[in-house]
Amino acid sequence: MEELTNLFHGFAVALQPFNIGVMFLGIVLGVIIGVLPGLGGANGVAILLPLTFSMSPTSAIIMLSCIYWGALFGGAITSILFNIPGEPWSVATTFDGHPMAQQGKAGEALTAAFTSSFVGALFAVIMITLVAPLVAAFALRFGPAEQFSVYFLAFCSFVGMSKEPPFKTVASMFIGFALAAVGLDNVTGQLRLTFGSETLITGFDFLIAVIGLFGIGEILLSIEEGLKFRGGASGMSPKVVLQTWMELPRYWATSLRSCIIGCWMGISPAGATPASFMSYGIAKRASSRGKNFGKGEIEGVVAPETAAHAAGTSALLPMLSLGVPGSPTAAVLLGGLLIWGLQPGPLLFVEQKEFVWGLIASMYLGNIAGLLVVLTCVPLFAAILRIPFSIIAPVILVVCAIGAYTVHNSTFDVVLMMVFGIVGYVMKKCDYPLAPMVLAIVLGDKAEENFRQSLLASQGSLTIFWSNGLVTTIMVLGLIALFWPMIANTFTKLRGAVAS
Amino acid sequence: MSDKAEGENRAGPSRRGVETGVAIATAIFAVIVIVGSLQAGIDWGVEGPRAGFFPFYVGIAILIASVVNLFYARAESAEDRFADWGQLRQVLSVVVPAAIYVAIIPWLGIYVSSFLLIAFFMRRLGNYGWHLIAAVAIGVPVLTFVVFERWFLVPLPKGPVEAWLGF
Repeated sequence: MEELTNLFHGFAVALQPFNIGVMFLGIVLGVIIGVLPGLGGANGVAILLPLTFSMSPTSAIIMLSCIYWGALFGGAITSILFNIPGEPWSVATTFDGHPMAQQGKAGEALTAAFTSSFVGALFAVIMITLVAPLVAAFALRFGPAEQFSVYFLAFCSFVGMSKEPPFKTVASMFIGFALAAVGLDNVTGQLRLTFGSETLITGFDFLIAVIGLFGIGEILLSIEEGLKFRGGASGMSPKVVLQTWMELPRYWATSLRSCIIGCWMGISPAGATPASFMSYGIAKRASSRGKNFGKGEIEGVVAPETAAHAAGTSALLPMLSLGVPGSPTAAVLLGGLLIWGLQPGPLLFVEQKEFVWGLIASMYLGNIAGLLVVLTCVPLFAAILRIPFSIIAPVILVVCAIGAYTVHNSTFDVVLMMVFGIVGYVMKKCDYPLAPMVLAIVLGDKAEENFRQSLLASQGSLTIFWSNGLVTTIMVLGLIALFWPMIANTFTKLRGAVAS
Repeated sequence: MSDKAEGENRAGPSRRGVETGVAIATAIFAVIVIVGSLQAGIDWGVEGPRAGFFPFYVGIAILIASVVNLFYARAESAEDRFADWGQLRQVLSVVVPAAIYVAIIPWLGIYVSSFLLIAFFMRRLGNYGWHLIAAVAIGVPVLTFVVFERWFLVPLPKGPVEAWLGF
């Protein structure tokens, strides 16, 4: 199989000493970032992205994806020990994880969480290894209309499947498109929406938006109640780890089910958060121990963690093979690839084999390395949260400011970060989702380019989006996703009518 | 305990008011986008749709969404609070120093500004002794300097103090 050969080449690249070094560095940084509020996955990757410009793209993306894993693991630590979800998808982990910690079983909970994450991510990486080249080969048949329809599907999924009111999602998303349009127009070379300002010529960078919205915004949200970290001791020891490992295989069915849920949801832009909730809910109904969920049942930790990590990892599949990111962090990684001049999508698999397979190989290794690091270093990471707010908050602000500055060496960007932060705080409190805005800023230019090229080919007629089987199917899927809530409602009513 | 919470913390800007404000703000943003698109031209050119074509419809979409959100906002109950004044005070106690910090970076450089920010937070919110404050507030910028300027070779904005020190 050609894939296996490519994968082994990839391992050869990933196992170079420098790359192993950045792998561990990335994981440690990622866990620290995942543990600290305000510096979660997308934001942390965004801040550290400019620092990797001096490395080769392969090493850089290995480090960044390991930061991503580390952040995924880190979110579980704070969820279990402090009942503070480090990431939105760790919320479901707090349901059973924190009660377990309160009962003195923190070590079991943490081991279960990390191991489940490892299993979920591994499952997803294997799936990526097998499926990504197929998807990429398939996507080579895509023209501009097909490519635009994939973006259309992605954005419709956001509007239809998110829990926020649809018109707020629409507003948020289109604001992102508008921000993406500011500056130089790719197609005509014309300046637009700059209103004569020199600073706006370069437009709005997604990295600044991410650091502001997800970084500063998160911090502002979490300080409403004041920050008081009163957490349990971690209670990790090799004995606890081994004991828990003996117990975990009992839950293989839950694990497998969660892997599948996670992979499925991760590929669509819905992502890791709904995956973890859905997996928890289904496990609760399906398990014989379902009644104990919420009181400290270990299965209640296995289900969401496996799903969340499977989803977080499989979000990279559409990013690599189609150029459509499945999550804000994947969007940041995508932005990074674009900055390095690498075009994610089917051509990446053809033209940049070493890069793609080096990355996929590093996902396996990074996962293993990550598990080792967290199992051994949890007490250290947990101690970070004991640093009082008055010290850690300004330090986080400084890190964010540096992150914003290093993107374009511009102090204006730091001001912009602050503006995005306040906007993000207000918007989140009013239930406007931020992820679609970020995705729109990253993908806006590409989506528009494909849209315009399609219209050019069809002489201005929208029928090009219904011109062949492939593009019609994807557009229809998009419309179904868009109107899903109404469709689901109708189904429920029909079922009710049939039942009575 | 619950009586105190109910009595004292009920005050705060109403959800309805803030949501209305946000909807109006997005509508104004939409109008700005539409005006800018018209300036860039929204008709057909030689290379297909002109630069303002796409942003124009984006602006229209934002405007429609803003109007819908405005209707929903007016329908909200006047009882719900966006946040309590207490919570907002907490948030402002971070936003104001942070905003000042960001504003002075172009003048004083990032290292001195960070020193001031950390010192301010540790003193105002943490009430630490001057020794600890000095250690952290000087230590962090110095560490940052070493990591970024020497190791990553990424220059950060500097001000008069650094110039005086010869960097």
